[in-house]
Amino acid sequence: MGEPSRDLPPTERAGDFGGIHVVSLAPGADLSGFRTAARRLIAAGIPPKNIVWQTEAPSLFGAESGSADGPPLQLPRAVTELIPMVVPHRDPERYGLLYALLWRVLHGERALMDVLSDPLVHRLHRMRKAIGRDLHKMHAFLRFRRVPGEGPERFVAWFEPDHHILGAAAPFFVDRFRALTWSILTPEGSAHWDGTLRFGPPGRREDVPDGDGFEAGWRDYYENTFNPARLNLDAMRAEMPRKYWRNMPETAAIPALVRAASARAQAMIEKEPTMPVKRDPVRAVAKMARDEPDSLEALNAIIARSEPLVPGATQAVLGQGPVGARIAFVGEQPGDQEDRQGRPFVGPAGQLLSRALEEAGIDRGEAYLTNAVKHFKFTLRGKRRIHEKPTAGEVSHYRWWLEKELDFVAPKLVVALGATAVLSLTGKQIPITRARGPAAFGRSFAGFITVHPSYLLRLPDEAAKAAAYQAFVDDLRRANALAA
Amino acid sequence: MDEKLARKLRILADAAKYDASCSSSGAPKRRAGAGELGSTTGAGICHAYTPDGRCVSLLKILLTNYCLFDCAYCVNRRSSNVARARFSVEEVVTLTIEFYKRNYIEGLFLSSGIIRSPDYTMEMLTRVAKKLRREHGFRGYIHLKSIPEASPWLIEEAGLYADRLSINLELPTEASLNRLAPEKDGAAIESAMGQIGERIVQAKEERRRFSPAGQSTQVIVGADATTDEAMIRKSALLYGTYGLKRVYYSAFSPIPDASAALPLQAPPLRREHRLYQADWLIRYYEFSPDDVAGASEDGMLALDIDPKLAWALKNRHRFPVDVNRADREMLLRVPGLGARAVDAIIKARRHGRLRLDDVARLSSGLKRARPFLIAEDFRPTTLTDRLDLRAKLAEPAEQLSLF
Repeated sequence: MGEPSRDLPPTERAGDFGGIHVVSLAPGADLSGFRTAARRLIAAGIPPKNIVWQTEAPSLFGAESGSADGPPLQLPRAVTELIPMVVPHRDPERYGLLYALLWRVLHGERALMDVLSDPLVHRLHRMRKAIGRDLHKMHAFLRFRRVPGEGPERFVAWFEPDHHILGAAAPFFVDRFRALTWSILTPEGSAHWDGTLRFGPPGRREDVPDGDGFEAGWRDYYENTFNPARLNLDAMRAEMPRKYWRNMPETAAIPALVRAASARAQAMIEKEPTMPVKRDPVRAVAKMARDEPDSLEALNAIIARSEPLVPGATQAVLGQGPVGARIAFVGEQPGDQEDRQGRPFVGPAGQLLSRALEEAGIDRGEAYLTNAVKHFKFTLRGKRRIHEKPTAGEVSHYRWWLEKELDFVAPKLVVALGATAVLSLTGKQIPITRARGPAAFGRSFAGFITVHPSYLLRLPDEAAKAAAYQAFVDDLRRANALAA
Repeated sequence: MDEKLARKLRILADAAKYDASCSSSGAPKRRAGAGELGSTTGAGICHAYTPDGRCVSLLKILLTNYCLFDCAYCVNRRSSNVARARFSVEEVVTLTIEFYKRNYIEGLFLSSGIIRSPDYTMEMLTRVAKKLRREHGFRGYIHLKSIPEASPWLIEEAGLYADRLSINLELPTEASLNRLAPEKDGAAIESAMGQIGERIVQAKEERRRFSPAGQSTQVIVGADATTDEAMIRKSALLYGTYGLKRVYYSAFSPIPDASAALPLQAPPLRREHRLYQADWLIRYYEFSPDDVAGASEDGMLALDIDPKLAWALKNRHRFPVDVNRADREMLLRVPGLGARAVDAIIKARRHGRLRLDDVARLSSGLKRARPFLIAEDFRPTTLTDRLDLRAKLAEPAEQLSLF
């Protein structure tokens, strides 16, 4: 956690007054001052009871000027995480309590943070919770107002935190409003963001613009999202204590909402059910019920209109072939050529498929050819678009379309070409070598599994290629017979 | 902000207020990069509270309150005479961005009446989310209320932009749906939930973005005769089957221009509260639906005591529990001890035996826990068996609402 770069340097000074060390830290949350002092005091073996921690300029005792840093302390993580969450607390005893914790942890009680029932740990834990709550409320209840005028947008907010948390709260607003220019003013200091975060002197409420163009709209929203039949003021006050109200524009609406709630709720209960004034939109309702695309063309129009659900693609590649085709082939996804031409199986693998179909006695023009994924997924390597395998999730994104498409085509047999087609049709990863042959895809047509023609293209040795091609043609012959 | 937009906002915020969900938690932590707007913290932030005690975390609005459906419990049903309005995609985007810049909200919760067709409506919802993400670099929270009757590919697309998708079940039984929402189809609702659930799991495995904050649903309590037990059993089924993140229980609320098919009286809000407590016991305290059933009478949870206390009173033979020895599961069953307190007890007792004072520092519910636990210096003696224990621990039967 970063310490705010306040103007004030840590004025840690200590003096020895009859064994009592007076340590004076900067007002606010002086994390680095505390760290320096604690390192030095621990190194010198000064017990907690011999230290007086001051957060204002020293008065009664003169404090000695800052001395050299001690060696870093080896602390359990639970302790190092706790310290920056307690230092912003307003309690003047915070440094003393933290030092007492350090002392005990470094003198035999290494696991002290585990013992939440220990009174010291418990108290520090409650302080941490108070800071956490204060931060959360600042993140939640702070309201920006736009500074009126021309030029780039600038926003200003006024907030009054309970503790010294401006430095700890600012990173949240940076993470969230990085693209904006903003300032947060508090009675203790201010934070400004315009690409870099700076902290400055306290602000005044009057430095924030009086209103904002969207504030009335926000109040409208707040009023109308309230349900008068569920009034529960205790729950509201528990989460949004009154002290925050004066800096929140919407809370001005509360008194009127509460006053009117009971009458509004009563009116809703007493009002007789009314008869609809408008005619029942029978035809519109009937039309709504038939919402799904009612033809392959209608479905294809939707697919063509949709954005790719895989990265890459320039256009959707739709299925090709007659509705009612006896046999349908499902491939993986369009390739480079298919993406350019917008037609399936026109590239090298497609040409190989055409040849095998012919040898198997299947007329390509009478079959239906489509892909599991409708868009070409690729990565650019130089000028080349390299095909990339779709993930299981991407295949699922497309399976509804494939299912609907096959419903319209209604073939006797669906041939899955390769593992991706099988995944799409069955929802499961099945190795092709084992599942090759007739298969069930759980729909109204028969199924058949074989390899994808691109697999044949990739085989390195000619003999294996020829054998695999022959097996593929045999598969197609069997499929053709099954679809007869 | 011009008056026409303000008028629409009033109507469409009013129409959306019956949806109980407004949470902005569960999204992965994100922060704005250069030129971007918005972050999510994981925990959710409530930016204001309305006098009904509920928080405002998101801009919760309808895209339109025109609707072709005629669900009796819904103020926007087509036979209702309420004022109607419709936002354009651009208007919703503007409101979200401008409200967000002023730190009013964590993001957008967008729902809609069904106009023209479920697909058309779902496409419009998705377009809002897409525009926010793509054109405005918006990194805040987006929750879309999906239209269950819409085509599955539209839900697939919505999940790419939304942090959470939800579908309201509204009525827990098919019979109630048939009576009060004749055009709704219970099977369609559950199949859409199934689709979303499946995709969320898959996307997590592949480390891809699909509704990363999960899915939720809402059931209306008290519009039909469903018992608390049936409600909890249904929820447990939803959590188990579809991996739902949350089930919201919304006590049926009187609505303007109510339908004659609805009961005359609203159910007590405390019933809703008890259902949330029972739900909580199942999700975080290892209670089963059978445990909840065992804690209720005739399927209904007691209104004057919380379900955990009700269970303990009916299972007194399992108490008192020794805080220095008992296992986590049994400590979680002690009324008044929350899950955090139990974890703190287990951690602390490794370093020494706990006395009652120690337990008091670890739990804020010691008053209720006392009769059920043993500490180093404390035994409840006969307290656990006293007949008037219930009366001593019950909350005054005051109603939480006006009714």
